[in-house]
Amino acid sequence: MSKINIKIEGIPFEVEEGMTILEAARECGFEIPSLCAYNHGECSKASCRVCLVEATGARGLVASCVYPVANGMEITISSPKATAARRTSVELLLSNHNKNCQQCDKNGKCELLHVAKLTGARDDMYVGEKTETTVDMLTPSIKRDTSKCVLCGRCIERCKNAHGLGILGFEKRGFKTIVAPAENRSFANSPCILCGQCVSVCPTGALMEVSDIDKIDAAMKAGKYVVVQTAPAVRAAIGEEFDMPIGTLATGKMVAALKRLGFKKVFDTNFGADLTIMEEATELLSRITEGGVLPMITSCSPGWINYCEYNYPDMIPHLSSCKSPHEMFGAILKSYYAEKNGIDPKDMFVVSVMPCTAKKYERQRPELANKDGLADVDAVITTRELGKLIKRSGIMFTKLPDEEFDNDIVGDYTGAGVIFGVTGGVMEAALRTAAYKLTGKELKKVELNDVRGFEGIKEATYEFAGKTVKVAVAHGMKYAKVLLDQIRAGKSEYQFIEIMGCPGGCIAGGGQPYVKPCFLPNEGPDILDTYKEKRAKALYAEDESRKERCSHNNPQIIALYKDYLGEPNSHKAHELLHTTYNEHREKFN
Amino acid sequence: MAQLQEAAVKQITAICDRYKGETTPLMMILSDIQKEYGYIPLEVQELVSAKTGISVAEIYGVVTFYSFFSLTPKGKYVIGCCLGTACYVKGAQQVIDKFSEILKIKPGQTTEDGLFTLDALRCIGACGIAPAVQINGKVYPKMAVNDVPKLIEEYKGGANG
Repeated sequence: MSKINIKIEGIPFEVEEGMTILEAARECGFEIPSLCAYNHGECSKASCRVCLVEATGARGLVASCVYPVANGMEITISSPKATAARRTSVELLLSNHNKNCQQCDKNGKCELLHVAKLTGARDDMYVGEKTETTVDMLTPSIKRDTSKCVLCGRCIERCKNAHGLGILGFEKRGFKTIVAPAENRSFANSPCILCGQCVSVCPTGALMEVSDIDKIDAAMKAGKYVVVQTAPAVRAAIGEEFDMPIGTLATGKMVAALKRLGFKKVFDTNFGADLTIMEEATELLSRITEGGVLPMITSCSPGWINYCEYNYPDMIPHLSSCKSPHEMFGAILKSYYAEKNGIDPKDMFVVSVMPCTAKKYERQRPELANKDGLADVDAVITTRELGKLIKRSGIMFTKLPDEEFDNDIVGDYTGAGVIFGVTGGVMEAALRTAAYKLTGKELKKVELNDVRGFEGIKEATYEFAGKTVKVAVAHGMKYAKVLLDQIRAGKSEYQFIEIMGCPGGCIAGGGQPYVKPCFLPNEGPDILDTYKEKRAKALYAEDESRKERCSHNNPQIIALYKDYLGEPNSHKAHELLHTTYNEHREKFN
Repeated sequence: MAQLQEAAVKQITAICDRYKGETTPLMMILSDIQKEYGYIPLEVQELVSAKTGISVAEIYGVVTFYSFFSLTPKGKYVIGCCLGTACYVKGAQQVIDKFSEILKIKPGQTTEDGLFTLDALRCIGACGIAPAVQINGKVYPKMAVNDVPKLIEEYKGGANG
C-alpha cells in the first residue's frame, strides 16, 4: 500500500491509502465520535450517521467509517456544520430509543450514551412515534429488548463470523425494522446456542445477559449455605471491570472480594477442571483401547453442546459424557463435601461465576441434577455480573489484599485446571494426564505449544508409549463445523477433539467484561486484536506458577477418588460426574 | 413446527437446485417459490436455508423486506393497489380503502373464502395511468373509487377468472 498525504484540521499527515477517514484520523491522533468505534468490520452499513465529517472532494458530509481517504483530502471534524450534523444523528437515534438509562444494565458501558455525551445531544429533540417493541426474556441466558436497538447489525455479523450461524437478522423494513431471530421468535424457540457473543458486541442494552443476582440475594436472605466457585477465565478479566489493564491476573483480589460478599466458601472451579481431566482422560483411553466411538469430543462448553444438539445430533455419541467442570464441582459439593461437613445438600446453594451466558442455560438442564432432582448448580453469574455485585457492595477492588481460595478438602487445583479457560487448554491438560497414564511417566515438558494460539483449527500428533494420538482443537462453531463434517464423511483422522463455543475459548466468552475501545483510553488502538492473547497470557502465567501442573497430581483429587469415588469412570463417578445429551432438540419449536 | 408435504419438499428442492451455481441465488429462489408455490412460510425458508446455507433469519429478513413475497397463502385473485407517489396523489389511498371496506380485509390479508388478497404495492411503473390497480397481473388504469364494487363483482362472478 502506498502512502498518501491528507490534512486533518489543517495539519498535514501521511497515511496509508485505502484507509477509511475514521481509521486514518485515529492514526493521526483524532477520535471521531462514532458508534462503531473499532468495530472490526462488524458494521459496515454506515446507517447511523454519527461519524459525519467534512472532507474536500466529497459531496456534502461523509460518514468517516466507510469513506476512504484520498490524496490531498482535507478533513474537518470540528466545523460547526459537522458537529451539528453529528449531534442531529444522535438525537434522531435517541428519538426512537427507550431512554430509561438509569434502569438499564448497560449504563456505564453504553456506546450510545457515550456518543450522546460527546456530541452534546439534547433531550427530546424529535418526539414522535416509536417502533413497536419486543422484549424476549424466555431464555435464562440472554434477553433482547428491541426498544434499545440502534440497528447497527453488529450482533448479526458476530453470530455469522464466530459460528457461521446468523441466528439474528434484520426483519421487515423502514420504520418497522427490527433485529431478531426469524419470525421475531424468542432465542428459546430458535437454534441459538446462547453463547453471548452478540451481547459482547451490542453497543446498547438491546442484548444483555439475564441476571441471576436476585437469586443469590434470595438464597442469602433465606439463610442457605451459599458457596461460590469461579471459572478459570474470570480471574484473567475481572480486573477490567475495575479499570485494571487488560490481561491483569486478579485471582487474589477476586477471592478477597468474594469472601467479603458473604459467601460461606470461595472455591475454584479449577478443582472441577482437574476432576474433569481425570474422568475425560480415562474415558478417552478406554475408548481408544476398547474400540469406543472416536474421535471423542470435549463437552465443557455449553454453547458447543447446544450447537451439537441442534445441528449435529448424529455426533452426540462422539461427545465425552463428562459434565462440565463447574457442574462436576457442584455435584461433588452437594454429595462428598456436604457429607463430610454435615450439611444437608438441600440447604446448599452453589453459585458459579462464569465467563459465559450459555452456562446459565446449562445449569437448568434436567440432565444436570441428582436423582432427587436437586440441581448441581443453583445460580450462574457472568464475570460482568460479579463486577456489579462487588461495586454495589462498596468493595474497592483495586485496594483489596490478595487472598487464597478455600481448599479444606476440595478446591485445590493444578496448572492444568487453569488453562481450561483458553482454547487448546482442555486438550493440553488432558494430554498431560493421558501421557502419564499411557507411559507411567510425567511429561518432561508440560507445555504443549502446538495446541496453543488462536488459529481456528489447530492440530497435533503425539506419541506416548508407542501409541500415536492425533488431536485437533477448534473454537467458534464455524471451525467446529469443518471438523464435524470430516467425521460425518468418515474422513476424520483424530482420536480426540477439543471444541469451545466462543472464538478464543472462555477468555473471550460472552459473559466477559466488554472490550469497547471507547471506554479503554489507556489501551492501544489494536486492543481488539490483542485482548484475547493478553488474557490468555495471564492464565498461562498462573499455570506456570502452580507447584503441580497435572491434574492427576492434585492431592485432593487423589483423596477424593480414594475416599469416595473409587476410581475414574467408576459407577459412583458416572452417577455424579457424567451426563447425557438431547438428540431431539427442534431448531424452531 | 409443521412438516412440509413430500411433494412440497420436492418442489422447493427442485427450485433451489436450479440456481446451484449462482453466487447469490436467494432472490431468484424466493421469487420462483412465490410464483410456483404461492407463498413462503417458515418451513419453506428452513428448507431453503438447508439447501443454500443462508441463515433462516436472513431469508426471513428478505421475505419480509419485499412486499412481493408473502408468508401466507394468497387468494385466487391478488388485487394490487399501487400506492406509489403518482398513484397516491391521484387518490390511490381512497381506492385501496374502498377495496378494504368491501372485502372486509386490510392490505396484506386474504378473504376467508380464499378468493381475494389485497396488497399495497410500491410504484409499479405505470404512473401515466395513475391510479393503477393490478389483479393477477392484469392492469386496470385510472381506477375510480366508484368502479371498485363493480370490478369486485365481476371477479366474484368468475367472468375474469
